[in-house]
Amino acid sequence: MRHIISILVENEAGALSRISNMFSARGYNIESLTVAPTEDASMSRMTVVTVGSDEVIEKITKQLNKLVEVVKVVDLSEAEHIERELMLIKVRAGAKEREDVKRMADIFRGRVIDVSDNTYTIELTGDGAKLDAFIQALDQSAILETVRTGSSGIGRGNRILRA
Amino acid sequence: MDRIKTEELTGAQILIRCLQAEGVEVVFGYPGGAVLWIYDELFKQDKIRHVLVRHEQGAAHAADGYSRSSNKIGVCLVTSGPGLTNAVTGIATAYMDSIPMIVISGQVPTHAIGEDAFQECDSVGITRPCVKHNFLVRDVKDLAVTMKKAFHIATTGRPGPVLVDIPKDVTTHTCEFQYPETISMRSYNPVKKGHAGQIKKAVQLLLEAKRPMVYTGGGVVLSNASAQLKDLIKRTGFPITNTLMGLGAYPGTDDQFLGMLGMHGTFEANMAMQHCDVLLAIGARFDDRVIGNPAHFASDPRKIIHIDIDPSSISKRVKVDVPIVGNIPDVLSDFLGLLEKSKTQDIKVWWKQIDEWRGKDCLKYDRKSKIIKPQFVLEKLYEVTGGGAFITSDVGQHQMWAAQFYKFEQPRRWINSGGLGTMGFGLPAAMGAQMANPGATVACVTGESSIQMCLQELSTCKQYRLPIKIINLNNKYMGMVRQWQQFFHGNRYSESYMDALPDFVKLAEGYGHSGLLIDKPADVEPALRETFKRKKDLVFLDFLTDQTENVYPMIAGGKGLTEMILSEDL
Repeated sequence: MRHIISILVENEAGALSRISNMFSARGYNIESLTVAPTEDASMSRMTVVTVGSDEVIEKITKQLNKLVEVVKVVDLSEAEHIERELMLIKVRAGAKEREDVKRMADIFRGRVIDVSDNTYTIELTGDGAKLDAFIQALDQSAILETVRTGSSGIGRGNRILRA
Repeated sequence: MDRIKTEELTGAQILIRCLQAEGVEVVFGYPGGAVLWIYDELFKQDKIRHVLVRHEQGAAHAADGYSRSSNKIGVCLVTSGPGLTNAVTGIATAYMDSIPMIVISGQVPTHAIGEDAFQECDSVGITRPCVKHNFLVRDVKDLAVTMKKAFHIATTGRPGPVLVDIPKDVTTHTCEFQYPETISMRSYNPVKKGHAGQIKKAVQLLLEAKRPMVYTGGGVVLSNASAQLKDLIKRTGFPITNTLMGLGAYPGTDDQFLGMLGMHGTFEANMAMQHCDVLLAIGARFDDRVIGNPAHFASDPRKIIHIDIDPSSISKRVKVDVPIVGNIPDVLSDFLGLLEKSKTQDIKVWWKQIDEWRGKDCLKYDRKSKIIKPQFVLEKLYEVTGGGAFITSDVGQHQMWAAQFYKFEQPRRWINSGGLGTMGFGLPAAMGAQMANPGATVACVTGESSIQMCLQELSTCKQYRLPIKIINLNNKYMGMVRQWQQFFHGNRYSESYMDALPDFVKLAEGYGHSGLLIDKPADVEPALRETFKRKKDLVFLDFLTDQTENVYPMIAGGKGLTEMILSEDL
């Protein structure tokens, strides 16, 4: 099963590597990992998307909690949550394709953020599946470059993760 | 309010003050460029004694042995680059056995970090997977609080080694020094008290048990819970086994003790583990050398209660029914409180079964042998030292025989590398044990292969007059490797023969100690008696033992607890 784990961690040098080390040393997989400071600059929030059985996920959360710099860990997928990912995608958009590409971007509520004679760069947010769908919907040979941030997540409603 | 006293000190001075404030009496180390200022300050004071090892691996093992054999914390001090990398084996050894330890490593100056400077290495990067935590101190202002954190983290919760990497310029920079009296960290708050509801559930299971079994590990030793454990076992009348790391937590001569369990555990302990209906696991982690194949272990139904300070140890290899996270002495006291008014089941039938298993006499060996049997040496070592010595060991057959035949009466007397299995651990660990327990009897049980891995420390022993007794079981083989090759590799003894061995007696003499070669069974006891009378000298006893002897019982890798190979099977 796919799980999305949120981690509050002290904003210290080495914390990221301690966490990613733990995953690789113990053979747990990371589908994506994002990290950035929170409103409290002394703390970062990390979102890790991983795949594993319930037992494996339990082991992962225990091992994360064991790391000295980890303040809090929550498995967002245990309850209602929202998940978003940002993608920047550069596609070929010559005179002939321009309109189609723009229309497709509109359908997915993407925004064209950079234009050249023969390219569009489109910004798109959504959950991973939506970004996948957009990539699928494009003419594959037109895709020049793709960059995705990996998922960030947050609990719905009053579900709050704080130190 | 207390008057706050501060003074302007250099980083090196601050470090020494921190160590003194923590009550550190001994530091094991080796100087080098990056730690010169620290050594300069060590020179100028006389509260902390420095023990100069001959290789940094020895420093780490000695600090580790110091911790294991006492309730104090071992400290080791090494220079940057190779100083630190040499210590890594020792750090990993301590980490695997959850031994509290402080490692201070020098680092190149902050401005040179990352520039491939002379004797630079990424010390925090290299050690990250084998420490409980580590720090790189980039600013002298952070040094005191970092040291406080290091000691706090190393000694609380599930203990472990903590490394503090200090760049050379930080040791010369100055700031106002004030050592924090307490520390609190929002990200680190180990649980102490066990969950009351879970404890009630656990006690209920114990009260209903018809075939109870208690299995305890290194956690009982580390948390100093022997007294509570003894009370619990005596109060309930339950059988108990200890892991390799847990030996001594319960008296080895007591009737309720079934011996060590696991790959080379006793028949009775392993059978009782498999066939019990309620298992109480305390400060142990169901590792592969203990329960073998988890699927096989799970094939017999039983309820498992697991007490451990580390939640990640619970349900890691074996699913447990009642997890209790907490400090063992506190949890056991809670157990005892609840047990006071209740009655456990009659378990006579279970004991009868266990005694039948005991009847196998699974540790028997040929006592009439004309060649010295290693087991015989250890039996005699036990007799001669009265079970009260600090015994360190290296890794291999001799380690298992020591665990099987030396009956430890007290905790912290059996000092061995159980998790990492580090050959070379024994001698430096004995130095640490002797430094922590001056005047006590310390013996290092080793083999001709292991001892050669940290042999240089004989020189340290001479310098600090450490009267360690070295019991070398010399069978001219890496015995455990040879045993596996015999069992599982068609007797092809690939590279396990130890050729070109030194004359150990002369070697010991070369280092200024005495040595003795013993090659007849009749000479074993007299040699030991004579040796242990010499309270001031290191004596190297080189016992020429049976080359073909194997450790029994044995559970092959991947097999289950009841699938033991016994000596009589071959």
